[in-house]
Amino acid sequence: MRLEAIEDQTWPRRLLPPLIALSVTVVIASGLAMLAGANPFSVLGLILQGAFGSQFAILETLNRATPLIFTGLAVAVAFRAKFWNIGAEAQLYAGALVTVVLGTGVLQWPSLALLPLLAVLAVLAGACLLLVPAVLKTRFGVDEVVTTLLFNFIFLLFISMLLEGPLKDPMGMGWPKSARLLPEARLPRMVDGLRLHWGFGLALISAGAVWIIQSRSTLGYEMRAVGLNKNAAAFAGIPVNRVLIKTALLSGGLAALAGFSEVAGVKGSLTLDLSPGFGYTGIIVAMLALLHPIGVVFAALFVAGIFVGADSMSRAAGVPTYLADIMLATALLLMVLAILLMRFRIVRG
Amino acid sequence: MGKDTGTVLRLNAITKRFGTLTANDRVSFSLGAGEVLALLGENGAGKTTLMNILFGQYMADSGTVEVFGQTLPPGNSRAALDAGVGMVHQHFTLADNMTVQENITLGVQPLFRPMLDKSAARSRIEALSERFHLAVSPNARVGDLTVGERQRVEILKALYRDVRILILDEPTAVLTPQEADDLFATLKTAVENELSVIFISHKLHEVMAISDRVVVLRHGKLVGEVQTDQTDRAALASMMMGGDIPATDVVAATPGATLLELHKVTTPDVGNAPGLKSVSLSLRAGQITGLAGVSGNGQAALADLIGGMRGPSEGRIDVNDVVPRRWSPQEAIRNGIARIPEDRHKVGTIADFDLTENAILERYASHPFSKGGWLSWRASREFAQDVIDKYDVRCPGPDTRIRLLSGGNMQKLILGRVLETNPQIILANQPVRGLDIGAVTYVHEQLLAARDRGAAVLLISEDLDEVMALSDVIHVIAGGRLSPAFARGQMSPTELGIWMAGQGFDEDMPHAS
Repeated sequence: MRLEAIEDQTWPRRLLPPLIALSVTVVIASGLAMLAGANPFSVLGLILQGAFGSQFAILETLNRATPLIFTGLAVAVAFRAKFWNIGAEAQLYAGALVTVVLGTGVLQWPSLALLPLLAVLAVLAGACLLLVPAVLKTRFGVDEVVTTLLFNFIFLLFISMLLEGPLKDPMGMGWPKSARLLPEARLPRMVDGLRLHWGFGLALISAGAVWIIQSRSTLGYEMRAVGLNKNAAAFAGIPVNRVLIKTALLSGGLAALAGFSEVAGVKGSLTLDLSPGFGYTGIIVAMLALLHPIGVVFAALFVAGIFVGADSMSRAAGVPTYLADIMLATALLLMVLAILLMRFRIVRG
Repeated sequence: MGKDTGTVLRLNAITKRFGTLTANDRVSFSLGAGEVLALLGENGAGKTTLMNILFGQYMADSGTVEVFGQTLPPGNSRAALDAGVGMVHQHFTLADNMTVQENITLGVQPLFRPMLDKSAARSRIEALSERFHLAVSPNARVGDLTVGERQRVEILKALYRDVRILILDEPTAVLTPQEADDLFATLKTAVENELSVIFISHKLHEVMAISDRVVVLRHGKLVGEVQTDQTDRAALASMMMGGDIPATDVVAATPGATLLELHKVTTPDVGNAPGLKSVSLSLRAGQITGLAGVSGNGQAALADLIGGMRGPSEGRIDVNDVVPRRWSPQEAIRNGIARIPEDRHKVGTIADFDLTENAILERYASHPFSKGGWLSWRASREFAQDVIDKYDVRCPGPDTRIRLLSGGNMQKLILGRVLETNPQIILANQPVRGLDIGAVTYVHEQLLAARDRGAAVLLISEDLDEVMALSDVIHVIAGGRLSPAFARGQMSPTELGIWMAGQGFDEDMPHAS
């Protein structure tokens, strides 16, 4: 018996890994729920209900999915070109930083002018932040996994310094917290009366835009070529380094929109707990989506649903919310494993 | 047989096919006790496949392997090792962060009682290294060793396992000449200690220096078996590359203007691959210029230079009488150079792209395949379909991923991709390596047709038959130096073999033909 690579991946086959990963995740989560002394069916039911069972739940899930769509897209775009951006967390904070620096009173513009400007500058900030590792990689061959990962800590400490110093809200009772955004700098709700801000709409538009760029533009073609085979791309005259830089700019910009949308859409100010690891969770989202931009939207909804659902399940069933973390970790590991295994078949002899 | 009696290893009519390609075709030879047997052949001649069969990585379609009279069970990767056959690979298999001794005993030493066995192992290693002149300290960290020292560790590793037969795959490829001399001394000692050695190489002078007997593989077949003292380099070269078949009749060329010219171009060596040494070359319209030579003698450097992958460090390159500004692949393509790369799987195509995406790989950024940064999939697909039809690419359709195609069909797509633009200069690097006969003929016809419509073709090949059959003018490359141009029929295979062996360059050469 040996393993043989399956050369032709048909669509049903490609969809199998996520399905397998999800079902096995559910089985494992059920087992853990039983260990915690709860009925696994009711736990799963409660998670589903908590995530999608009411209008409030659905809106909460969509809100929670919004930053994950952005960071998921950022990772998916970069990974497609085999540029390993692990630093979406830092780029997210870069976007958030620009938003609070300019949105708290420096620019007294009407909403329609201010919001697009803040979004664009946030994108630029995230792009610039990732430009450094990208240039280090293309110029000196420095491993971007290390640089982007370490940037997360450096940048978070930088934000911390700002929040303790120049950006500290004088009315904040001493908390490390920035001043609040002007009302003009807040993202409005998509539908009156529903608690869902335009960040979600922007996330959907971004996913669509990334999809079109990847499948229709020369840049998307170049990014895929570089990701699949750098040597062949270089031989064919594709400027590999330039493509990697462009990829990094796009990726960093997308991650920064997560920060912009969280500050302008939800929090209204910058604190150090703005992101509970959205940048890292974006990696899970992108992997579950098989790096497909539209898949990212669904994967983000799934991940957000588990988080939101687990919160309310925990209150009702007394099972710790850590179950959500375990489920996501399991789903990711199984997904990676399933992707690998689905590429092979077992041959006798 | 060798200088000793008794056969220690025998391959009986080994045949191995991959699809339509026959990698080994009824190959039989034997190794005598205390003999150094050189296995000579170009890349792709089937040497590696043969060794993989010996070590059970592949199963032969037919034929058997005998070691010390015992037939090895096919497909068992331990059988050869257990029977006392050791192999030193071209790429070392050592752990850099461990000491020499740890590397050598890895996998042999029992995990319990490690303290007790350590000193015994150490004295054994020291004894072996003294006996075989393999000077290396057991306590040194492998990561700190030179390449030559690492190879000694690899050999010690094999000796520590009591091998009786030692196989070295291209052992000198990574060594300096001095290190190579040390290796040869070790091998002589090994043979005196009744080991038998198979020495895989395509470097003629080493084969002449170290071996007792030479077995030559070509296109998977055993084409020659001679005692080393009864042959010479030129004879081996023509045997290895086949100078035995007369040139097919090709209508004579009508050469035109010079389209590409190199003036005393020098490029740096890359690792062990020599760069070009003051090479001057003219490619003329309506003419096929053939480049013959043993592989690893600067062909890659020349192909990289003309293909735009690398610029000259000295000298100058003229394309259509103009010196290009910044020499790059894009610049080469823009100047109408069609490039057929040596490695069609890893460089010529992107395996997971479909035929359409591969067809536009060099021209996606220009009309009609894209406009303002947006691709036109319709025009691209039409172009791919065009190439598929015109160049007879056998495939389910333009949406098929190219990794599913055979090498021949892949090559046809590459040909179509570059020839559809009616290029004036064609760089064909090993264009038929690994292809079956049908595809070989097809590729040759296309190159001749391109020549007849006025293109300048540079054909780089390690197959002397191919070079002699197609080329109007032949250069030989050896050690990065280029011979003068020889007209068709001017030189016999044996005479070319002398140049390929690196002789003939000694006198200060003029560049006249």
